[in-house]
Amino acid sequence: MEILVCVRRVPDTAENEIELNRAGNDIERDDIVYSVNEWDNYAVEEALQIVAKSGGNVTVVTVGGEDDEEVLRREMAMGANHGVLITDEAFNGSDGRGIATILKAYIQKNKYDLILTGVQAEDGGAQVGGMLASFLDYPFASLVNSIEVLDHNKLKISREIAGGSKEMNEIDLPCVLSIQTGINEPRYVGMRGIRQVASLEIPTYGASDLGLDPNSVGDAAAKVKRTDYFLPALGKGAEILQGSREEIIDSLIGLLKSKGGLK
Amino acid sequence: MTKQESSARPQFAVEERVAEESVRMFDGIPSPAQATYWSIPGPVLFSVIAVLGLACFAYIVARRLAPLLRGERDIRFDRPLVRLQRVFQYWLGQWKHPRFRFAGTMHILIFAGFLILAFQAFSLLIVGNSGDAVIARFSENAGRSYGILKDYAATIVFLCMVIAATRRIVFKPARYEVPSRYGKGHRADAIFLLALIATLMVSESLFEACKASMQAQHGLQAELLAVLSLPWLLKNALSTVSAATLWNTYRGAYLVDVLTFYFLLCYRPFGIQFHVETSLFNVYFAKLDRGTVKPVRWGVDLDHVKSFGVKTFLDFTWKHMLDFYSCADCGRCSDQCPANAVGRPLSPRFLTTKARDYSFRHYPVVGAVANGTPLIGSIYSEDEIWSCTTCGACEEECPLLIEYIDKIVDLRRGMVDDGNVPKSLQKPLKALESRGNPYGKMEKKRAEWTKLADFQKSCAVPVLDGRQSAESLYFVDSITSYDDRMQSIGRATARILNHVGANFGILGPAEKDSGHEVRRFGEETLFMALRDANVEAIEASGVQRIVTSDPHAFNALKHDYRDLPPVEHTSQLIAREVKAGKIRFNPVEDGDKIYTYHDPCYLGRHNQIYDDPRQVLDAIPGLKRVEMGRSRDRALCCGGGGLMLFYEPKEDQRIGVLRARMAADAGANVIVTACPFCMVNMEDAIKVAGSEGKLTAIDLTELVDQQIARESVSEVVAGEQVVVTRQEGAPV
Repeated sequence: MEILVCVRRVPDTAENEIELNRAGNDIERDDIVYSVNEWDNYAVEEALQIVAKSGGNVTVVTVGGEDDEEVLRREMAMGANHGVLITDEAFNGSDGRGIATILKAYIQKNKYDLILTGVQAEDGGAQVGGMLASFLDYPFASLVNSIEVLDHNKLKISREIAGGSKEMNEIDLPCVLSIQTGINEPRYVGMRGIRQVASLEIPTYGASDLGLDPNSVGDAAAKVKRTDYFLPALGKGAEILQGSREEIIDSLIGLLKSKGGLK
Repeated sequence: MTKQESSARPQFAVEERVAEESVRMFDGIPSPAQATYWSIPGPVLFSVIAVLGLACFAYIVARRLAPLLRGERDIRFDRPLVRLQRVFQYWLGQWKHPRFRFAGTMHILIFAGFLILAFQAFSLLIVGNSGDAVIARFSENAGRSYGILKDYAATIVFLCMVIAATRRIVFKPARYEVPSRYGKGHRADAIFLLALIATLMVSESLFEACKASMQAQHGLQAELLAVLSLPWLLKNALSTVSAATLWNTYRGAYLVDVLTFYFLLCYRPFGIQFHVETSLFNVYFAKLDRGTVKPVRWGVDLDHVKSFGVKTFLDFTWKHMLDFYSCADCGRCSDQCPANAVGRPLSPRFLTTKARDYSFRHYPVVGAVANGTPLIGSIYSEDEIWSCTTCGACEEECPLLIEYIDKIVDLRRGMVDDGNVPKSLQKPLKALESRGNPYGKMEKKRAEWTKLADFQKSCAVPVLDGRQSAESLYFVDSITSYDDRMQSIGRATARILNHVGANFGILGPAEKDSGHEVRRFGEETLFMALRDANVEAIEASGVQRIVTSDPHAFNALKHDYRDLPPVEHTSQLIAREVKAGKIRFNPVEDGDKIYTYHDPCYLGRHNQIYDDPRQVLDAIPGLKRVEMGRSRDRALCCGGGGLMLFYEPKEDQRIGVLRARMAADAGANVIVTACPFCMVNMEDAIKVAGSEGKLTAIDLTELVDQQIARESVSEVVAGEQVVVTRQEGAPV
């Protein structure tokens, strides 16, 4: 099975102190470290597990600049067979729809049986997967938390629905799935692995390679535009439970029950 | 025995005696090796037994060596004199044995007995003469002395076998139990072996007793038997026995002795008794350098290594395989193992025996060999291998100097190479890669701990960034740099350095994590990147010495890094300055405080620094100090430092809680340690155990900083001589 996983490079929320820049339209990007969007990591791991069982190849693709090659290499170190960087000045400022348009153009030039995205990006809005499926006219399932290959044309997939129950679905290939965290345990990517793929060639494609009209993507075509960026004011502080140990335990259980954490 | 046979015996014996007039006599009576057994001439029978026995043994050993020859390379042929010295100390001298007083003493007796009797056995089997007779050729007195010595040796070994069997059957020490998850117990096997050795002792003694009796009956000068020894007792029991029975018993004992000897020889390589053969080699080839970790592959450039670490059995080095064969399964390692003590799924003893059994199954004496199955998932579990704190208690205890840490690290390297790393460790490893510390904090904030207003005014800590230089470098490391609580250790260290007039600085943002645990958790490539960055920064700083308050950083800089200026732990520096009179202390004010010192593993066991911190404590006037039941090289680990703080082990309770309880049991209410990770674990343990208010923990640097008498240095030197009130004979 030929699997394409769409990945994205995001500021690592665990390793940065996110601050607004002076203009207030973005975060301060100096001295920031990036990592693979967490959901995408699960998607790549899932793809690798599928090809380990059913054969095939895993390709990772990202839309971005030269710096974004870093995440492709990380996923290749994880085991992805190919990496593809889609980059063009014309793509700058694309909204979700623009990114889906670019990916669609790339996918139509190649043949993939299965396309995976993360459910959402740490700095995004969970838009691309659904729009991409729609542009390709492929079936789409979101929030997928298990995949079983039934035969060459069908997958059995599940997703968790509110309340914790699981819904099982069958879906025809080719299709697009957005992958939820927790579907697997992504393997560790060591520094040695990254060094081993450091010299592998990563092909890049621009707008003309994909036959894209620059006006259909990028800033020019974006219909959703970020107008502001701010850190919300801190809300009310944490509630400290008072009383004896038993009283604290009782009121904690009461609170957990009322919020649905305990049944 | 049928009637016919027994009635024919005396006749047979007499005829034989006549026939043997021409054969070699043995201390005045015929040699049993020359007698006839069931019409088979002795020389033929014993030659056949000897050839078969030795051939079997050689074949079995050759098969046992097969995996060793295919195992990974290991460099163990260097420094022969040091190695010989260790053979004398640990093998011949049985150095570690008295640590377990009862079992150890028994072992020393059995070992000594074996050495004495080995000479006898070889003389009897090869020369056909008893050992005392062989020695007697050189000097009659020496022969007689040896005879007596060996009689007692056999008696003592026999008695030890009886005691050991009684222990196994009646007392059943917990150390020998095998929990079901680790396989089946081996009590029956142990008792069988004890019985075999006892048989050997009895048959040999019986043989000696018969010989002496026969000599007496023939009016020869009987060989002197050691009073109250087994041969002596047996001889007295045989005093009324007929000549024919004596002769038969004499031959029978010899035959049983020979058969048991060869059976035992060929049986030993199938179990724990193999250590009789392998121990000498195991001790000779044992690891010499404390605190170090073996390279990924000995003598190979890492760029050419396809697979890191140990994944299948053949990835172990030949020496590590020899370790597996050498284990006597005495359980002392696991008895001391902190992970085992709190129910983590790790027991060093079974780490070894499981590998030994795997080796026996896959490299059998009879049948085809098979390698290939990954060890993780078959004989080892992931949690088992991650559970180790690398404290070194097991290695400290092992009488055979079996290595554990290198194997654990190699198995972890294998898992890291396969991407098989627990989620709890992936985040800190990724942060170490991108930020140089496991918390993912910004590099530029690494020196923030120096910027506390009050502190900054009184104690300057320059950052050696090229514009500033200094003589000494204070290597702070990640936890002391970033952890709010541990930053206090950093400031205490800086104030002490300041007080003794050290010209020092820190690397600040250029410092990376020392990588000590990164390496011990199997991420060798990341470790090398951290090490290279630090070495570069240290070299650029131009310092002449390094000091650190973190024993993990200390061990890394000392043993994992190369070609650095000399490295010292603060406790060493303080002890020296106390002796030199540069540090004087105010007396302890609170008389109710009783202190105990907890040895950090990487200061104590791995670097043998036990006395310096204690000397510092004892130099503080009025400080009452007690020792915990387990201290110095037997100190219990606090629970593990570095990445171990991120790992979520499966355990019944925290190791630190056990340790805090030990401190309380010793009557202490203040635990002094000299490691930030010990501090984390001890403070957590005190909270978890609900001992807040009853027990506190303090770092040695903090205590020193608090007690230091801050007169000017010149005053101290000019004043009275500082007396180091070390408590001689403090319990260890």
